[in-house]
Amino acid sequence: MDQTSSFPRAETTASVPKPIRFVVDGTIVEAEPGQSVLQACDDAGIYIPRLCYHPDLAPAGNCRVCTCKINGRNSAACVTPAVHGMAVENDTPQLTADRRTLIEMLFVEGIHPCPYCVASGDCELQALGYRLGMVAPTETYQWQPRTMDATHPDITLDHDRCILCSRCIRASRMEDGKTIFAFSGRGIEMHLNVDADGGLGATQMAAIDKAASVCPVACIVIKRDSYKIPDGRRRFDTMPIGADIEARRAKP
Amino acid sequence: MFPGMSSTHETTVKQFIADVGADRTRLLDVALAVQKRYGHISNEAVATMASGFGLHAVEVEDTLSFYAFLDRTPRGQFRIRLSQTPISLMKGAAMIARAFEASLGIAMGETTPDGKFTLEWTNDIGMADQEPAALINNAVLTNLPEAEIPGIIANLRQRPDGEDPFPLKSSVQPSLIQTGPLLAAQFAPGDAIRAALAITPDQVIDEITRSQLRGRGGAGFPTGMKWRFTRKSAGEHHYVVCNADEGEPGTFKDRMLLTDFPDLVFDGMVVAGYALGARQGIVYLRGEYTYLWDSLQANLKARRENGLLGASIWGRAGFDFDIRIQLGAGAYICGEESSLLESLEGKRGAPRDRPPFPTEHGYLHQPTAIDNVETLACAARIMVNGAAWFSGIGTRESTGSKLLSVAGDCTRPGVYDLPFGMTINDLLDLVGAPDAAFVQYSGPSGQAVAPKDFGRQIAYEDLSTGGSTMIFNADRDVLDIARQCMDFFVSESCGWCTPCRVGTTLLKQGMEKIVAGRATHADIQALESMANTVSRMSRCGLGQMAPNPVLTTMRDFPERYEACMRSELFMPTTSLNDALREAVSIQGREPAEANA
Repeated sequence: MDQTSSFPRAETTASVPKPIRFVVDGTIVEAEPGQSVLQACDDAGIYIPRLCYHPDLAPAGNCRVCTCKINGRNSAACVTPAVHGMAVENDTPQLTADRRTLIEMLFVEGIHPCPYCVASGDCELQALGYRLGMVAPTETYQWQPRTMDATHPDITLDHDRCILCSRCIRASRMEDGKTIFAFSGRGIEMHLNVDADGGLGATQMAAIDKAASVCPVACIVIKRDSYKIPDGRRRFDTMPIGADIEARRAKP
Repeated sequence: MFPGMSSTHETTVKQFIADVGADRTRLLDVALAVQKRYGHISNEAVATMASGFGLHAVEVEDTLSFYAFLDRTPRGQFRIRLSQTPISLMKGAAMIARAFEASLGIAMGETTPDGKFTLEWTNDIGMADQEPAALINNAVLTNLPEAEIPGIIANLRQRPDGEDPFPLKSSVQPSLIQTGPLLAAQFAPGDAIRAALAITPDQVIDEITRSQLRGRGGAGFPTGMKWRFTRKSAGEHHYVVCNADEGEPGTFKDRMLLTDFPDLVFDGMVVAGYALGARQGIVYLRGEYTYLWDSLQANLKARRENGLLGASIWGRAGFDFDIRIQLGAGAYICGEESSLLESLEGKRGAPRDRPPFPTEHGYLHQPTAIDNVETLACAARIMVNGAAWFSGIGTRESTGSKLLSVAGDCTRPGVYDLPFGMTINDLLDLVGAPDAAFVQYSGPSGQAVAPKDFGRQIAYEDLSTGGSTMIFNADRDVLDIARQCMDFFVSESCGWCTPCRVGTTLLKQGMEKIVAGRATHADIQALESMANTVSRMSRCGLGQMAPNPVLTTMRDFPERYEACMRSELFMPTTSLNDALREAVSIQGREPAEANA
């Protein structure tokens, strides 16, 4: 998957101070009105681990990995508006442990065989596992009955890999104007559904759709496009997830 | 088995859509109408709904698939649902299930070959004081004697296809056992409206604020403050929503209010409408209470005729307010206020992130006050009797009285209207439960209260409750009840966020391992850690409270965990014999060294 454009550069803000200022782990962060805590922190070069958030899409708050302690209460940073004077805890042992547990949950909810997965090294789930210190899944594998949808000529949809992040749903609806995807069912049985009885191949989905390029894992994969970049030289093989954001941080 | 499925089908569904003005936010009403008419919602119906509402089929499916009472495949003409709760099982629901199975020749979850009957379990149906109970289509049969089941089936079996009226009448018994400050005095329709109209909307809110009324659903938010926020929020319309999605297992006091005191509730809604400057109120009524539909509609009709609803209420020019009832379709999460709003708008009942709060952006993004049935009844009473009277009852932080739904091992189950401040011991004496071993307090999302805490107070500042009070004697295992509570959350988690969707299942599995006597010290520690993560990271109250059955029993009944705990460093979840069972059945022989 080509996700090199996932994280746009921070705008250069020159010297005009922004109207909102709040504190993240002791560092003052500035924000424009309307920005979420996560967006403001991205601009400031402070990485808040996240999974379902995508900079080009409206946030949905599915994964809860970006949960921070904001003014003493746990809230997802992607859907929390930045407010002047708020106090945010992000990089704490407790939050790291809780976020790691969420990643472990996703690993056992679906099937994620990193060693032979096409997304290995370019997978945000895997990369977060490494970044958050996950050594091995410690929870019980759920082995849910899920299917592989290979009906589309250019795209595979492997439900075993789906982490229900809703990125493709949002991208298809808002960016592509197609509404190819939605959820179906509820609870542990909730799954990704496509807008045709005949599978993805019977929909209007195209490989150039935004929805085809935003998947953080190997659920939606463009056919005949894998392994162009060999293992070991992929996005997260060379640097940890979030390092691009942290590189924006002004040197003291 | 159902009326014509083919050519008239599309016309009928189109008519249902036209009946709601092709308003996408009324999708749930159309779905319920189709479900009622055809017993399920076919692919053709989904396609018709999609085109009629201007949606994609996948979006319609997204909503439909969320609700337990909507089916996409044909099921029996008669849907027999038995509630599976700690209380119903204690009262013999398993025996009733076997009797139905025997009469019908099918197992739970199956449909008879003639398509007449479907038999299945459901979660709590709000009849904990009258279990075992069954929901047959929309009729509720309570205190079911095993011996009557063949007769019920025979009666249904001889009905000609699709004939109205439905042959069964609901047999719900009065639930109010002890009346008190909220319910004792006479109340005539309009009493509270008249009192409210004598003062300004701001003064109404002041009065409610002075009464220190707090939300009765369990969260305890000050009602006056909620109304103030809503009134002050700018919006094209303001809305009053009555949360009658009473889904917490063990509670039924809202059902009692809507049955015996609907005027108190509707008056409360009109008062709120006046205070907020709203023109519309909506009652979100859980699907399990559909049997109340006719009587509630009759009440609303009478109110319209008597000038207590509609244009110029009580002759006050410009005060127009009406109430509609929205039926739910089997989803506990819709009792969570932001999920309720999503459901009201015809979507899956997934909670919203806050801020913004419903008081600013609620129903259709307009300022909305969502209040529990009982809260609105309290508001009506406060209008008549005054804030001083109300705040004189109860404790300093918990004014007024609380309706408690009591069930389980006690001689007098039912609803009790009791001033705040009573202790659990007082309550147990009142309801006839001298040998209570523990109380599941405020439902599965509350806590298991041990005898050491029976001296504590029923009040927001001590033991806060939404009303569900399930009493268990020493014959019941607190860990097994906790496991059942986790089952409930697994089936009611909406699935939107990771911690609740996956975590509730992992917690359930962890409790199963403990109850099976296969958990080690490390397992119990890991379970506690997982429970805390789910509690801290979940998006809404359901997920944040879902670990309570685990956490509160670990805190207050550690000896039970120790008693189940294995001393080994590691125990697999499944024994070797169990793991081999499938292979044994395929091979048709036991391993050479069986039971190793």
